[in-house]
Amino acid sequence: MNKPIIRLVTCGSVDDGKSTLIGRLLVETGSVPDDTVDSAKTVRRSGSTIKAGEIDFSLLTDGLEAEREQGITIDVAYRSMVLQNGRRLIIADAPGHEQYTRNMAVAASRADIGLILLDATRGIRTQTLRHLNICHIMGVTRIAIVINKLDAMGYDQGVYDQLVAELSASLEKLGVEDFAFIPVSALAGDNVSFRSEFMGWYEGPTLLEYLQDWPAEKETLNAPRMTVQMVNRADNFRGVSGTIFGGEFKLGDEVMVLPSKKTAKVARIATFDGDLTVAEEQSAVTLVLEPDVDATRGDAIELAAVATEPANRFAATMIWLNDAELIHSRSYYLISGSTQVPAIVTSIRHVLNINNGDHESARTFKANDIGLVELATDAPIALTPYKENRFKGNFILVDRVTMATVGAGMVSHVLRRSGNISEHHYEITKQVRSEQKNQTAKVIWFTGLSGSGKSTIANALEKHLFALGKHSYVLDGDNLRLGLNKDLGFTREDRAENVRRVSEVAHVMADAGLITLVALVSPFADDRNQARELFGDGEFAEVWVKTSAEVCAERDPKGLYKKAAAGQLPNLSGVGQDYEPPTNAELVLDGTASIEDNIQIIMRELF
Amino acid sequence: METQVLRALEAESIEILRETAAGFKNPVMLYSIGKDSSVLLHLARKAFYPAAIPFKVLHVDTTWKFREMIEFRDETAAELGLDLIVHTNQDGVAEGATPFNLGASEYTRVMKTLGLRQALDKYGFDAAIGGSRRDEERSRAKERIFSVREPGHRWDPRQQRQELWRTYNPRLAPEQSMRVFPISDWTELDVWRYIELEGIKVSPLYFAKERPIVWRGNQMIMVDDERYPLNEGETPEMRLIRFRTLGCYPLTAGTDSPATTIREVVQEVTELKLSERATRLIDGANEDSMEKKKSEGYF
Repeated sequence: MNKPIIRLVTCGSVDDGKSTLIGRLLVETGSVPDDTVDSAKTVRRSGSTIKAGEIDFSLLTDGLEAEREQGITIDVAYRSMVLQNGRRLIIADAPGHEQYTRNMAVAASRADIGLILLDATRGIRTQTLRHLNICHIMGVTRIAIVINKLDAMGYDQGVYDQLVAELSASLEKLGVEDFAFIPVSALAGDNVSFRSEFMGWYEGPTLLEYLQDWPAEKETLNAPRMTVQMVNRADNFRGVSGTIFGGEFKLGDEVMVLPSKKTAKVARIATFDGDLTVAEEQSAVTLVLEPDVDATRGDAIELAAVATEPANRFAATMIWLNDAELIHSRSYYLISGSTQVPAIVTSIRHVLNINNGDHESARTFKANDIGLVELATDAPIALTPYKENRFKGNFILVDRVTMATVGAGMVSHVLRRSGNISEHHYEITKQVRSEQKNQTAKVIWFTGLSGSGKSTIANALEKHLFALGKHSYVLDGDNLRLGLNKDLGFTREDRAENVRRVSEVAHVMADAGLITLVALVSPFADDRNQARELFGDGEFAEVWVKTSAEVCAERDPKGLYKKAAAGQLPNLSGVGQDYEPPTNAELVLDGTASIEDNIQIIMRELF
Repeated sequence: METQVLRALEAESIEILRETAAGFKNPVMLYSIGKDSSVLLHLARKAFYPAAIPFKVLHVDTTWKFREMIEFRDETAAELGLDLIVHTNQDGVAEGATPFNLGASEYTRVMKTLGLRQALDKYGFDAAIGGSRRDEERSRAKERIFSVREPGHRWDPRQQRQELWRTYNPRLAPEQSMRVFPISDWTELDVWRYIELEGIKVSPLYFAKERPIVWRGNQMIMVDDERYPLNEGETPEMRLIRFRTLGCYPLTAGTDSPATTIREVVQEVTELKLSERATRLIDGANEDSMEKKKSEGYF
């Protein structure tokens, strides 16, 4: 079945003729009241070259630009249009400049089609690629590149072909499969709703045909989810109300309530207009479950056979909407549909350069930033990748004090304890293994600059423990980079992944009952804190081997500081890249003190 | 296809109504007696069926509504078993505020805007559901579905929350409140077609009838009671008119129309393409007047 309502996001600026294009489309489909059209024939802004008596199409829609002049907030404007086949087109019109990236993301969040306006007289610009990137990130899969102002280029096919060739490469690189190019003149009315007399070389659809002839088939994969909005209680009646996304429920379906995993059957699909046998995609219904298992607001109901494994850690693409920056490890409310749960951003993998798609390292998100983050929620929730269904994989972050919506995210994948993997519980536990070795398993995490003495201290500590009959192992950063981590470099992201892998290995070793010593520069606090989160209280000790950069450079056991000085090593911690000193370390050691003294301090403080 | 469009709009409005009922402590539905309110009420019955509508319904009565509106309001409340509250700004009444002595916009501010604010404060409503639509007026095209109000019901465009997907943010900071617009994406024609499709009862003022009118400029004003100040020697003429929107009778112009059934009204709205608010006297020529009213706390 086709979608009755199609949503379009329009990307471009007034200079590209966006207002004129939308205005014309609205007028030519009869979507504008006559009195409004009449006023657009007489009202003129200063500098207008449009003859009196003709319609200034831009006046019908460009509230946004006028607002900017008046100092009124620029926002997304929504307009409805009836297509000739009776379908509804809802246009979300967003400003195109870089400082309004968040507004465009809002407009694109529900769009089925992205209309990217290109001014042929100016060619492909940075904003064209930015708009393309935003549409792609927000999950707009059908893209129309409308090449405008071809009248000013003599309706030259060569100009069109050139732009098509250049942009096709970008579209393919992004992985956009469904795209089209439409040459138009919004001002003269070529190929908007009427076929141009001057571009006989173009055989594709007009813009209107492109929009209304799209079959827009609904998704066929049946993985319905209903997030419970409210429990409906009436005389002899208890049901759960919500909207269905991602498929349909049928009477008798075996369903599972998440996160509790209780199962039940759909005994009744109740609506005001009578009971149904099928609850369709995007219908708002009330389900009666048999048995009447506990399901409350925020719970998800899915088909039991394909139910999502609730998780509490996610990787997600996030866009920052607020003028105040993201605060790492501050608790926000995560809201997805009717589900609300406190959550923290545990790590920022990268921020995207929205103009060219490059990944850049960042410590925070500022307004309009888009990038990849990791989140941890206080309770498990059912979220699935946004790519599979945008309504089942989205969330917003809400500031717990101002209650403002500060961020919006799209789940990329579930982290750990995830998907089809469920933890198997073995009877020989960490505690049993530790007791057998007559010790308490723990992780001592040495962090510090290269040359600070981490490996030397770890080596001495292991010898000391060995002599005491303890079972231990040293995970040395350099040594692991020869094997497990040989695919990683020294960028911020790679270092985060390096720490993540080492912390997971340390986690396994501690589980084996071993005293695990980690000697790793681990320069970023986020990464170290994330490692810490894997362990229980008292199980993880961060030890900062504090040696000044000057002393380290003087020691320079591996010649790294010399290389860095020669410009051959841009990412050396403490030189070309930051080293974030620990603020919550269990122990700080003076890296210039004697080895024996430091071992004594460790044994006294941590054992 | 038209019916499918209406069903899709209906489902989304129901989702918004449920989110409001469950996400707030003390929501209320604004009832203006007009066609949009009639549709909202019908949607609310559907959203919570088989349970009753779980919130109060509020009418801010300016004392200048058409008599037929008040009759229709009371009939509807009785028929649907609504928990109806009627509030009038008594300070305004005591000061003798009328559309004539204060002028349309000041009168509207006192009797509608202040009246609404008083009622919301008196009952401590944290969310108010209204029937505004984005197609009504240009400044409404960018209105949110969940529109947050600052202390004092002030609408601050800079504080409006970004709305993505169908994930709404119903959380409120102290002193904030919410206005919710479940039929934002509907058009005037959608409203009429839905009324026809569902057989929803609307006020008889929407249908053509011989009514006593006087001319004010090129607008036809119905003389609904003896309070209307007639000009020297003026007597109302009977004319076949109906109303496209309903409000205070001295401020709401009628239109020539023979439409006496929903079908005929739908037909007329389909063909006659004048913006709906053209018959409202308070909006005036000033394009941003709606924005001004909103920042004062009007819907």
